[in-house]
Amino acid sequence: MSASLVVFFKEVRENLRDKRTLINALVTGPLIAPLMFVMIMNVVISRQLNQAEAPLELPVIGASNAPNLLEALRQQGFDPQPPVADPIAAVRKRDAAAVLRIPTDFGKSWDKGDPAQVEVYYDSSRRDLQQPVKRLTDMLERYSRLNGAMRLVARGLSPALARPVVVDQRDQSTPRSRAGALFSILPYFFVLTVFIGGMYLAIDLTAGERERQSLEPLFANPVPRWRILLGKIGAICLFSVSSLLICVTAFTVAGRLIPTEKLGMDLGLGPAFALEVVVLMLPLVLLIAALQTLVAAFSRSYREAQTYLGILMVVPALPSVLLSVTPVKTASWMYTVPLLSQQVGITELLMGGSLTAAQVATCLLCGFLVAALMLAVTARVYGSERLAISA
Amino acid sequence: MIQVENLHKAFGEIQAVDGVSFTARDGEITGLLGPNGAGKTTSLRMLYTLMRPDVGRVLVDGIDSATDSLAVRKRLGVLPDARGLYKHLTARENIDYFARLQGVPTDEGARRREALIEVLEMRDFADRHAEGYSQGQRVKTAIARALIHDPKNVLLDEPTNGLDVMATRRMRQFMRDLRAEGRCVLFSSHIMQEVAQLCDRIVVIARGRVVADESPDALRLQTGESNLEEAFVKIIGSGEGLAA
Repeated sequence: MSASLVVFFKEVRENLRDKRTLINALVTGPLIAPLMFVMIMNVVISRQLNQAEAPLELPVIGASNAPNLLEALRQQGFDPQPPVADPIAAVRKRDAAAVLRIPTDFGKSWDKGDPAQVEVYYDSSRRDLQQPVKRLTDMLERYSRLNGAMRLVARGLSPALARPVVVDQRDQSTPRSRAGALFSILPYFFVLTVFIGGMYLAIDLTAGERERQSLEPLFANPVPRWRILLGKIGAICLFSVSSLLICVTAFTVAGRLIPTEKLGMDLGLGPAFALEVVVLMLPLVLLIAALQTLVAAFSRSYREAQTYLGILMVVPALPSVLLSVTPVKTASWMYTVPLLSQQVGITELLMGGSLTAAQVATCLLCGFLVAALMLAVTARVYGSERLAISA
Repeated sequence: MIQVENLHKAFGEIQAVDGVSFTARDGEITGLLGPNGAGKTTSLRMLYTLMRPDVGRVLVDGIDSATDSLAVRKRLGVLPDARGLYKHLTARENIDYFARLQGVPTDEGARRREALIEVLEMRDFADRHAEGYSQGQRVKTAIARALIHDPKNVLLDEPTNGLDVMATRRMRQFMRDLRAEGRCVLFSSHIMQEVAQLCDRIVVIARGRVVADESPDALRLQTGESNLEEAFVKIIGSGEGLAA
């Protein structure tokens, strides 16, 4: 049996006996992400549904100054709350999403036919509170338009005169593409799972072995170090692929638990999607295993390796975050960059699109090329004298 | 047989080994004696090719470690300073792992493993996971896995370090057995009595250099001291870092 296989089987066998590694690779890593995902999605969906249907409850200052306006708002689903003393403080402290203030001279201006002013206090930096603010301003706008039209009619003019341009908004998003926009963070979860699935093994097989002083006797065997490295990388890949498979399976199950149909969306997390994700992720499995081993080889201790890899874990989130903050059109060169190619590829699949054979081939080819380079660098570091010395 | 010629090794500014030469013959026990930090472990590490010497060379059974390090490692059984075991594997599995890496055929490996378990008195714990082994049990397992491929040359870095009196006595007897089997046994120690008792040849290292390379009797003669302890102190220049 080749030395690499000997190392591979020994590492797999030993780590199958390590509860902590097992729990991390097969439970925590793959399952936390789908669970978090389901929880977040349920909160998001139920909040959106609630906000759209529930009565809009906001404090009103000076309600008695415009009883007709208030009545009209009530009919649109507005539920005025008792006034607050300081509307600015109330909005800043998030006591209220918005505060409506009606000045005392509202009635006077209204009767004269002058523009009557109302004030809406809100904080636009609170993105989660945009919905109630928009609902309130829409209600006020509607009331204003209606009364404007009535005034024109009373003077014998057509209300259409006051609206020279009419905007008819035609939203081209499909239920699936809306789901995709919402779930552009999903590819990161897959990368994260691969990362966590192999992380403890990667640390243990290099930094851990050195710390436990078993690396030096291991290297005294007549086996080239790169063969030992290959066996170890193989074991790491096996664990991270297992994590990925569990994670993808969990996502297909979770896809059914999310009440996306309430939003008129369809996630399409079926078996075909799962298979394509796994194929796209394969180069990253090798790349991450080599990278983690490299970091573990450079670290002076188990703890140091843990710290570095914890920081490194954030890196795969960058494409996801960048693309969700500043969405750019997918260009073909993106399939040549590992991590980015998985991001755009999986997002494309989520949006209901499909990948061409050339795109998949580019992703795999470039991914494995970079992984091979990383492996070569790691093998070089593995060959260094200092690697085995623990004390 | 192990021939060491003019080894040099520096770590940055520090010259850890500064011209070490000696020969360890088959059927003899050769002791590397020196205070802590004298360069014993670094010298041994160059012998089993974990490190490359800056200058000098190592021949094991005539094979140059620089040109064919794998062949050299095949002929060596090594108990390094670091003797960590795999704690989720039993002693038997730890030994088997090294047997496979050494390329020992399965049935021969099993036979040798059981023989070593017998000789080293490991039966009681051989099927327990290595987590929770005593120091003595760890050293025994480390020695068994180091010798699983029946090496002609045996390198032991401070083999009795951390062992109790009984275990130390057994370890010394085991080294005599290895000599009786015609092997070349090279071990390092900072314990003078041990070296004096066991060795056919003593190589004294201090500050990275060989300061004496003699039989125990010749050492006594050379220094004019009847007491070996006094002889060592005289050779090394001070008793610091040595243990009686």
